[in-house]
Amino acid sequence: MCGICGCSSLSPEPRREPLDLSKPDTTLVRLEARVLGKNERFAMENKKRLQAERILTLNLLSSPGAGKTTLLERTLEALLPTRAVFVIEGDQQGELDAERVRRVGCPVVQINTGSGCHLDAQQVSHGLDALPLVPDSLLFIENVGNLVCPALFDLGEARRVVVASTPEGDDKPRKYPHIFRGADVVLLNKCDLLPYIRFDVERFRSMVREQNPRAEVIECVATQASGIAAWLAWLSQQGADLGRQETRSSSHT
Amino acid sequence: MHELTLTSEVCKVVAEASKGQRVTAVHLEIGKLSGVYAEAIRFCFELVSAEFPELAGAALHITEPEGRARCRRCEQSFTLHSALEACPCGSFELDWISGRGLIIQAMEVTSCAESAAVRA
Repeated sequence: MCGICGCSSLSPEPRREPLDLSKPDTTLVRLEARVLGKNERFAMENKKRLQAERILTLNLLSSPGAGKTTLLERTLEALLPTRAVFVIEGDQQGELDAERVRRVGCPVVQINTGSGCHLDAQQVSHGLDALPLVPDSLLFIENVGNLVCPALFDLGEARRVVVASTPEGDDKPRKYPHIFRGADVVLLNKCDLLPYIRFDVERFRSMVREQNPRAEVIECVATQASGIAAWLAWLSQQGADLGRQETRSSSHT
Repeated sequence: MHELTLTSEVCKVVAEASKGQRVTAVHLEIGKLSGVYAEAIRFCFELVSAEFPELAGAALHITEPEGRARCRRCEQSFTLHSALEACPCGSFELDWISGRGLIIQAMEVTSCAESAAVRA
């Protein structure tokens, strides 16, 4: 790995050194290549492309059934009257989620990962090609439901949104640290079930804080659109923050 | 299982870098906080490497550097053996400092007659 920028490209002339005198024909070739290097290169390309068009991109992550698609439906219903919004749906198989998003009236492309348990940045770049994207819009990428694998794969998004739901239990942040450490915001969904299950909201909040003190936790009930206002306020703040960053960086050039 | 994807990526990078020479060993670094299970990589490597003629029979050497973390409560730095561990003071409020590396460090290639067979 390059010591300056952390880039992952293989050096054009790998350094060779004799390894073991007992194996005179064997040479050790230093590679120092990041295993995720290819994904990181695609993610960087996606990010550049999305930033150039001022498209606020959010990667939605959760376990299966936490309510990502329902949250997305409520969010789209609220945003579509005034904003251009696009969706990339990631699932192992089928078009069920894309159909739900389409019914709300949002342009969507479904990516099937087959045996893959996560979206990668290359798949997302194909998704970007397939969508009629316009500048100054929003793009939601709904990842494959999984609290483990998607955490490792940067898609080029500006923000990561983790959706947790109360029936999963309040201890998940400590059990799946990678996904919660990467979150910019955590939505706690299905809070209408709290009277019926054992879930301590304060314990959950404190476990999120342990892993990630900067992630805000927003309680919601996506099926009833409750808590959606706080989530929309968070979203609009992100758009404003990114706009300011861009003004700042362009004033430097 | 993301280990299968990652192992395929490792084999592709190494096979390409070998330029047709026979690879006898691959050296990987998998940090203890990387979120990747070294045993699963070993399991996948046997299956995946068999699909690359350059890598047939190659050995896999994995080093797993420990993680380092700093506790936000007691402010001590210490060694972490897994992402699920607490600080000795009992706190889980940890900033991870190192141990997330996932790096193909090196490969061993042989220039003996066998490698000509791979190229052909």
